[in-house]
Amino acid sequence: MSNSNVLYALTATFTSPDDIIRAAENVRDAGFKKFDVHTPYPVHGMDDAMGIKETKLGFVTLVAGILGAIGMILFIYWISAIDYPQVIGGKPYWSWPAFIPITYEITVLLSVLVTVGAMIAVFFKFPNVSHPLHDTSFMKKVSSDKLGISVQAVDAKYDEKLLREIFKKNHAESVEPVYYTEEFISFKPRMFDPKFLLLLAGVAIVSSACGYISWNKLAFMVPYDWMMEQDRINPQSVDTFYEDGFGMRMPVEGTVARGFMPYPYKGKPDDAGKYLVNPLLPTKETLELGKKKFLTFCSPCHGNFGDGDSRLNGQFPNPPTLHSDKVRNWPDGNIYHVITDGQNVMPSYQYQISREERWAIVHYIRALQRSQHAKETDLP
Amino acid sequence: MSESHTSTELYTKQPFPSGYAKVGWGLTAVGLALVVVSYILNTERALFNNLIGFIFLASIAAGAVFYLALEYAVGAVWSTPFRRVTEFLGYLFPFVIIFSIPVLLNMHTLFHWSHSDAVAADKLLQVKAPYLNTEFFYIRNAVIVAVWIIFFYAMSRNSLIQDLTKDQRITKTNIKLGVAFIPIFAISISLFGIDWLMSLEPHWFSTIFGVYFFSGTVLGSLAVITYFVVDFAEKGLFFKGIRKDHYYTFGALLFGFISFWAYIAFSQFMLIWYANLPEENFWFIERWENGWKIVSIAMTLVHFWIPYFMLVARPSKMSPKNLKLSAVIIVLAHFLDLYWIVMPMYNSSPVFGFYEAAFPILSIGIILLVISRRARKYNLVPIGDPKLQRGIDFRL
Repeated sequence: MSNSNVLYALTATFTSPDDIIRAAENVRDAGFKKFDVHTPYPVHGMDDAMGIKETKLGFVTLVAGILGAIGMILFIYWISAIDYPQVIGGKPYWSWPAFIPITYEITVLLSVLVTVGAMIAVFFKFPNVSHPLHDTSFMKKVSSDKLGISVQAVDAKYDEKLLREIFKKNHAESVEPVYYTEEFISFKPRMFDPKFLLLLAGVAIVSSACGYISWNKLAFMVPYDWMMEQDRINPQSVDTFYEDGFGMRMPVEGTVARGFMPYPYKGKPDDAGKYLVNPLLPTKETLELGKKKFLTFCSPCHGNFGDGDSRLNGQFPNPPTLHSDKVRNWPDGNIYHVITDGQNVMPSYQYQISREERWAIVHYIRALQRSQHAKETDLP
Repeated sequence: MSESHTSTELYTKQPFPSGYAKVGWGLTAVGLALVVVSYILNTERALFNNLIGFIFLASIAAGAVFYLALEYAVGAVWSTPFRRVTEFLGYLFPFVIIFSIPVLLNMHTLFHWSHSDAVAADKLLQVKAPYLNTEFFYIRNAVIVAVWIIFFYAMSRNSLIQDLTKDQRITKTNIKLGVAFIPIFAISISLFGIDWLMSLEPHWFSTIFGVYFFSGTVLGSLAVITYFVVDFAEKGLFFKGIRKDHYYTFGALLFGFISFWAYIAFSQFMLIWYANLPEENFWFIERWENGWKIVSIAMTLVHFWIPYFMLVARPSKMSPKNLKLSAVIIVLAHFLDLYWIVMPMYNSSPVFGFYEAAFPILSIGIILLVISRRARKYNLVPIGDPKLQRGIDFRL
């Protein structure tokens, strides 16, 4: 300490936690405010003994947490209800229970980050890294096996004689003053020091450059692009392997896929009516199958009873009733043809409904028609 | 404050105030009268409320055994000076059994799956029948309660013997018992909740229900313990030198379990709400329509929001007044939670009347009586426990 010139503090070291607690209480009771206790391990009850007031850091956490919660709720609201509204699972755009988990996470994340940041920047006065107690024999002792107390000379009540008395009373092992050199240690906040700001800017530039390179360059280099550059034909692109340039092949001419029956009366409703015969018997099972398929595929437009009372509320032209004389007098093959090939605005259903199911629907339509035009002989 | 690190004077047993017993007898008498009247006027409604009262007492008693085991298993010192209050709550078990008798005699009124014709007509109940049948139900729950009572009796008896002998080996024995009890409790409390509460609606299932019931149980039990600990401490019935540090531990644990309950309850709700499967969501729809909406929202308030903000700040966790008030709110919220689970099975819209007040009044009266009877008989501080001094000197 020979070249130091300003008195920083009077320090004392103790050997037992009981002594240091009593010393801290005495120092507190003597009215000192600017003093600190350094122990190699936490000593319970020290907060009370030093008379430390509750930290204000909790309020920083509270504010950051509230901001995180509100900010995240608003952000998700904006995303899913305003900017890109999408129906997910039939839920409303603003389905708040689904947003709670992520809001909770962001609340915790933001409050933790802001708390740590505030602790370092505001409470620890980062980037001030030097302290008068650094590299002193006092600090070496209290960071291994001794317990120490330091009372700053700038304290309004600083009184070396009184302090030495207190320390002696509490069995202090050693008492020594600590000096520092003003030119080396500054207590001013250096948050806005140009050098520090330059360092921050440098870190920002380097880290964003690394991010840019790895996500925009490195990811597209060999071998990271192997997943992307595979031997395959992308949709809508020309195939160079086949002469015709198509990636997907057509079936060989004159062949039929297994289980597929070609429909020969495409565009020929009269022929269909003339030559086709319903292969199914109108059994209970057939009618139930027909009813199920009718209600699934036909009823949205034709109505549950074939009256042409669509459930589509005018979004699509209503079809005519199936109970008209025209349809009732059609042969089965004609109705089958309309389901298979479509008619006017009605599209073909041959890929949605199998052959057998189409014939079952025909039976069911016949049953519906008969229910609307019952004869006397139908009565039991 | 100036003698913060020195040890306190030893505990001396003080005459226990008679007020607890007086209030306890009064509440028990009123509650018992209401119970009898409600059984005469509307047996079915009384039975559903009896189930709530039974589950409440069982959860307080079982939660107390859990805390007892937990303290030994994890070697906690902060709770040692107050452990007797936890031990006293275990003496609720005889009343748990008494409360269960009317329920067990009228299984058919409460549990749909106990009707053999209902099971015969229902494929799902047939599949569940190997588990959900009355014989296995009786055996299972008799074993569960018996195991709780055995562990409670062993640990609390050891602890009382230690008062006289000061034998440190007893603590070791109790640590072994406590460690053994924790996995047993995890399974048994889940099965207990599933059997008595989830099976009321045998078609419904929630894989988190056991944890949900556990969280409500330990929270309710902790609230009762906290109330009595703070109340006795305020009356000076414990050792001298109770500090805010001691109160803080209870406040912090209460706060933790309030958050835990909310976490579990919300998880259960959100996953079922999000998946929106008809076999799961009807349970929540039943608790949202026909006026249940108000009860559901009120439960989130009294079970989470109000006690959460009452205990969130550090000084409020140390204030005895605040601790007692939030403990009372949580005990009532635990009742409301059970009401919310059970009562939609009785009526499609919520009903509140003297029927619903009868069993809470009786249960609280019984708790007061049990506590005051035990506290008069035994030391309020386990004076033979080797961890006692560390517990008394406990610092944050």
